[in-house]
Amino acid sequence: MFEVRIHGRGGQGVVTAAEMLSVAAFQEGRHAQAFPSFGSERMGAPVVAYCRISDKEIRLREPVLNPNALIVQDPTLLNQVDVFSGLHRDGYMLINTTRSFDELGIGDFISDFRPEHLCTVPATELALEHVGRPVPNAALLGGFAAISGRVSIDSVCAAIRERFGGRVGEGNARAATEAHEHVLRQLRETEHA
Amino acid sequence: MLKQIEGSQAVAEAVGLCRPEVICAYPISPQTHIVETLGRMVASGALERCEFINVESEFAAMSVAIGASAAGARAYTATASQGLLFMAEAVFNASGLGLPIVMTLANRAIGAPINIWNDHTDAMALRDCGWIQLFAETNQEAVDLHIQAFRLAEELSVPVMVCMDGFILTHAVERVDMPTQEQVDAWLPDYEPRQVLDPADPVSIGAMVGPEAFMEVRYLAHVKQRQALDLIPAWAKEFREVFGREAGGLVRGYHCEDAETIVVAMGSVLGTLKDTVDGMREEGAKLGVLGIHCFRPWPAAAVREALANARRVIVLEKSLAVGMGGVVASNVAGSYSGHEKGVHTVIAGLGGRAITRASLHNLLSQGMEGKLERITFLDLDQAMVDRALDRERTMRRSGPIAEALLRDIGVVAARPA
Repeated sequence: MFEVRIHGRGGQGVVTAAEMLSVAAFQEGRHAQAFPSFGSERMGAPVVAYCRISDKEIRLREPVLNPNALIVQDPTLLNQVDVFSGLHRDGYMLINTTRSFDELGIGDFISDFRPEHLCTVPATELALEHVGRPVPNAALLGGFAAISGRVSIDSVCAAIRERFGGRVGEGNARAATEAHEHVLRQLRETEHA
Repeated sequence: MLKQIEGSQAVAEAVGLCRPEVICAYPISPQTHIVETLGRMVASGALERCEFINVESEFAAMSVAIGASAAGARAYTATASQGLLFMAEAVFNASGLGLPIVMTLANRAIGAPINIWNDHTDAMALRDCGWIQLFAETNQEAVDLHIQAFRLAEELSVPVMVCMDGFILTHAVERVDMPTQEQVDAWLPDYEPRQVLDPADPVSIGAMVGPEAFMEVRYLAHVKQRQALDLIPAWAKEFREVFGREAGGLVRGYHCEDAETIVVAMGSVLGTLKDTVDGMREEGAKLGVLGIHCFRPWPAAAVREALANARRVIVLEKSLAVGMGGVVASNVAGSYSGHEKGVHTVIAGLGGRAITRASLHNLLSQGMEGKLERITFLDLDQAMVDRALDRERTMRRSGPIAEALLRDIGVVAARPA
């Protein structure tokens, strides 16, 4: 079983991201379970959502305590919430930011993790460019597909289009595709560094 | 057809497949997505020959359902928590009148303190209201139980409450095999009411009944629930043959055959329990799980049979009968004539406290070593409790308990301005 935890703020589409990821996995014939952390929803408040992906039926109903992957939709959460709680040492991490891990102040912390599993992506900027709204969730899923290899970018884009439809769906799919390429590029650079 | 779908939307679609004629509901978390989806289905015409009635309260929701059902319409509503309590009088009326309404209860804690998260206190508060109460383990089962519920309700002329864990199921997006309209039409006959308000053949429903017959009316309600004890397993079997999957029934066992210790539970926690038990069986622990899928009528004989060979029974439940212990546990104890070690009660998950594999593993290990108390509160923060008790000992005006606990653990919103 592969477990993903998504951190963000109310209004950033955190819950929708987990749901779309589950749909992408479902389209590939996997079992998937997406659910929110059930907080009182309000704009700007820290929000967590989860997605499990498995080849077998998923019976487990506890929150994701030891994620295989983290998606951080808002880097300001790094100072507010224990985002890294329980993350596997060989886990994946994708942060929505234009800054580097050092600039975010987590350079030392992440030195224990596998560098090819860590990435940043300017998802808000990509969303503004392609959708016209600063909602980074879809773009980050494109990045997640690239870094984890757990779902294909085609499935992610199909899930995005199923969720939004029309122009918004197309824009978000473009943002996801560009984030996917961005992460692949960054991974190649890490490899050659 | 396989769908990756939110539990609430799946239930709404399943209810739609049952062709309800009147849906009346008042929104309350975590039930809201169900009735929102049904409202959209009626508005768009996807659900034909159905009226969606916006009501001003839960009391009105159940009252409208009573009127609609008495007029011969297939009636549906949904609620949770305080909403169920607010409609309580009408809930008793629906069953007392023998009207086959189907209601989803998206299980949620009851305040005060106000809490929107999942436990089973709402269902347990009205456990003796005369409705049949079914409990879903998964969203697939929630879908399937609704399809069974309409047939059961209408066959017996008894209302049915389908309980599904709020948020944990209602807000979870997972794989559901949605039945087709043809399948549901073939399974669920048209509603043939036993009693109907018909201007062409007038009757009155709701007479005052005095001591001369009240007891008999109540007894007949009891008889009908006993009849459900035969119908529910028979139709679960038929459902499996038609739809190809397990859903409903009275109880379902998991590795109970050779189990020395059996954990009894209801609802979505069964999944986490099964995963925990699988892990512990690999270490040689003779553990089993018994899911109660029908709580009212209480399936005493099925429970007794399933537990017959167990040396120890642990009932894990998401409600607390304050001052007594566990409601489900006391029902189980009454049906378990077996071992002197008896029944252990575990109160867990109140107000949405996560029930984790780690906690369950620890709990069941203690249970197998014979170290469990008669009643255990899973993951209770004893230090938090002790601070509060100490405050009460040392201070007469110790203040409101909930706010003080939140201050103790540093929840900012609870600090005084």
